[in-house]
This record gives sequence, C-alpha cells and structure tokens, in this order.
Amino acid sequence: MLEVRGLKKVYEGRQRRVEAIRNLTFTVDAGDLVCLVGPSGCGKTTLLKCIAGLLAPTAGAVWFGGRPVTGPPEGMAVVFQEYGRSLFPWLTVRANVELPLRRRRKLRRAERARLVEEALAAVGLADVHHAYPWQLSGGMQQRVAIARAIAYQPQVLLMDEPFAAVDAQTRAELEDLIRDLWRRLGVTVLFVTHDIDEAVYLGQRVIILSASPTVVAEQVTVDLPAQRDQLHTRALPRFAELRGHVYEQIQLAKRGTRVPAVTG
Amino acid sequence: MRGVLRRAGLALGLPIALLAVWWISTEDSQNFYLPPLRTILRAFVETWTLDRLRADVAPSLARLAAGYALAGIVGVTLGLLIGSFRWIRALLEPVLEFFRAIPPPVLVPIIMLFAGIDHTMKIVVIAVGAIWPILLNTVEGVRSVDEVLVDTSRAFRLGPVARLRYLIVPAASPQIVTGLRQALSISIILMVISEMFASSNGLGFTIIEFQRSYAIPEMWSGILLLGLIGFLLSVLFRVVENRVLAWYHGLRRAQRSS
Repeated sequence: MLEVRGLKKVYEGRQRRVEAIRNLTFTVDAGDLVCLVGPSGCGKTTLLKCIAGLLAPTAGAVWFGGRPVTGPPEGMAVVFQEYGRSLFPWLTVRANVELPLRRRRKLRRAERARLVEEALAAVGLADVHHAYPWQLSGGMQQRVAIARAIAYQPQVLLMDEPFAAVDAQTRAELEDLIRDLWRRLGVTVLFVTHDIDEAVYLGQRVIILSASPTVVAEQVTVDLPAQRDQLHTRALPRFAELRGHVYEQIQLAKRGTRVPAVTG
Repeated sequence: MRGVLRRAGLALGLPIALLAVWWISTEDSQNFYLPPLRTILRAFVETWTLDRLRADVAPSLARLAAGYALAGIVGVTLGLLIGSFRWIRALLEPVLEFFRAIPPPVLVPIIMLFAGIDHTMKIVVIAVGAIWPILLNTVEGVRSVDEVLVDTSRAFRLGPVARLRYLIVPAASPQIVTGLRQALSISIILMVISEMFASSNGLGFTIIEFQRSYAIPEMWSGILLLGLIGFLLSVLFRVVENRVLAWYHGLRRAQRSS
C-alpha cells in the first residue's frame, strides 16, 4: 500500500546543509496501523511531509498504491499536530469537514452532507456543527480535524503527532478513538509520535527511528490483543516488555548514531 | 441597559463638551472669520436643503463611491496576484514603491490632461490615491497565510478556485479590511481636493465657493457636514467589518483568554 524506499532529505541552506533523513526504507500494508517513533528532532515531520507529497525528497521515493508520490496523492488524508492552525478559523466545524469534499463533483449534495454528519458523529461531535473551531477546546478541535480526515474517505490516514498538544486525559480518549476508527473503517493508519507508550498502545507495528540523520533502527511487531483499553492493556506484562524494548532501542539509536546533523 | 447608557455617555461625552466649548467661546465673537456657532448652525439648516444635498452632496458621494470601489477592486485583485507569485512581486515592487511615494493631489493636474475635468477625472484621482493601502495590505495579507493551512489545503487537494475562495482571501481579509479602512479616509480627502480644481458641483467646490464669496458661516457649515459624512461612513464601515470579520474578532478573543 505504502512504500518508502531509500528516502533521503537534505535541506540546503545558504551556509549550511542539514541532513534531516539519511536513508529510510519501510512499507505499510493495507489495513495496518503503524506507529513511527523516534527521538525529538529526528525528522519525523519531514518524513511525514515527504510521504504526503508536500515535500520533495532529495533521493529515494515514496510509492503509494503502486505509483510514486510526486504531489499530494488522492486517497491520503493528513492530521497535523497544530490543530489550531490546520482548521480554517473562518469556517464553521461543519464547513471545515465539508471543504475537502467539494472538489468531488460526483458526490451528490445529500451524500456529502451524510458523510459530514457521520464523520462528526464518529468522533463524538454531533452537536457542534455550527460552532467555529476556536470556540472549542483543543481536544475537540483535534476531533474536528480527525472528522475532516475520515469524511474524506482516505485509504491512508497520516497523523503527525496529533495528540502532542492536548492534555493527558484527552489524549487517552483520542488514542482510543483512533483505535476504534481504525477497526471500524479498515483504514490504513501511519501515526507519528515521540511518545513510546502511545506508539506501543496504538500500533500493530512500531517502527523505531534513529536520531537525525534518520535511519530505521528497528521494527517491532506489537503482539498485544486487538481489543485494547487504557486500563488493562497498559497493565499487561507484555505491554511493559514492549515498552521497555522500544525505550532501549531509542536510547541505543540516540547513542549509536551520534553523527553531527550539521555538516559543511 | 446601564451598560448601554454608560457606553453612549462615554461616546457622546467629549463631542458634546467640545461643541459646548465652541458654542460658549464664540458666543459673542465679533471676528468675521470666526462666527458664533449659533450662526453656523443656523446657516447649516438654511444651506443644506434637500435640493442642495441633491445638487452638490449626491454627486460628491457618487464619485467617492465609484473611486473607492475602483480602488478596492483593482487593489485587491492586484494584491492577490502580487502576493501569490514571487516573480511578479520582484518585478513590480520597486515601481510600486515609487508610485506610492507620489502624493496623489499633485497628480490632479496631470490626470486632468488625460481624463478631462468631468467625473472621470475625479474618480480616477480618488482611485489612484486610495489604491495603495489596499494593494500593499492585501499583498502582506496573502504573504502571511499560515503555512499549516497551506499544507492542509494542499494535502486535501483543494483546487485553485477553492484555494482562493476558502484559503487565501479569508486569510488575508483582516489585512485587506485594514487597507480598506485607511483608503476610506484618503478617498474622502481626495474627493474634496479633486473638486477644488475645475469643478461645477460637489462639496469641495461648494465650500471653496462660499469661502471666495465671503459666506463664512456657510463655509463653516460645509466643513461640519464633511466631518459628519466622514463620521457616518466610518460607523458604516465598522458595522460591515464586524459582520465580515466576526470570526477574526472571536478568534482573537479566544486566543487572548487562553
């Protein structure tokens, strides 16, 4: 479904050259829920932008559904970390969710309205259609962004540290929402985070990235039961084991690749 | 209710006090050029009859509206273009800075040569002077569109028309409105100035006529009327702005309180 092959991204400045991503190769199968976890500043956002077609890689390529990604492809939706800046403040919640659907000429009006309503109901926001995003709490705003993404009916949902800026309780709720939506809709999810607990709790697979310049340090299959909940899953011995392992790997990755990020 | 009274009192307090000071200090003025306010107000009622409003104020306001609208349409359109394309900006910026630096009233004699002395000349003068704040603010507004919103629009594959309508124009609208507000006062000034050259009607023309014929109270009353018109137009502008930018003011309040 999604293939990242030998991806490299170098930012060329006037004086300096920053190698954000050195060489990344991994695949995401259809219907999978993969978490990308790595130390802060390891180029996670850069990677996600390359996958979404928002940024051109320096070398290597991203393949999506058998085609190389050269610009934002159809069938891919993105949820950004900065919910406050990714929702249109001049549009109501409903109009925000509806906006990406306007381009689809084939979609009838009633059908479009149904998609919007279902998406908002699925994230638990059936009653705020006419509010503006800035009238809602941070957690609710991120729910709107998630609703917009699922109303778009993507094959792949990309999420860039979507819960980094919300409080811990809201975060737990939103994590469960993502697991729930993934199971119900059968959408493929690629979830970027710096939080190890979150990666292990959410993912079917965790891809551990090294510090910048980034390579894949390890891929871990999360063999926890599919039915997860905050209380019991996090108390499982296997959860603690996996968490410990990912933590170790990240520490190793940080130490092992202590190559200066800035050269030249 | 008390809040409303309080606000009305605050808003009206100073104007009333100033009028009172004017009234009292000119009460027994013998100065020919500074008649008592009482005389000016009487002249106001006698001068600005319906016929006069129709003959002199209406054409002025019509030219103001036409010039302002022209400046708005051309300014916003050009601003959107210049703000969106870096090469257009690089090409035009030095020239724009030059033209902006020329005070519009000095263009009146030149524009007169090309556009004659009728309505067209006055409308062009107003538009040429008022376009700059609109144009430059629109350019700034377009350039400051949030990157995350731009990425969001691209990721969801909005087409060019949708990008313009739902992203760029609304994102730039607070700045565009700022430009339009500045342009409104410039337009009023130029409306008067353009009528001081070669004109046969209009507010500016009438006031100059009164001054030349030593109808001093009438001249003062014309100035009062100009002030009133400017005030009413800015109130009207505020009302429209509050509707159009309701989201922006709400967003700002939400950001301040969090």
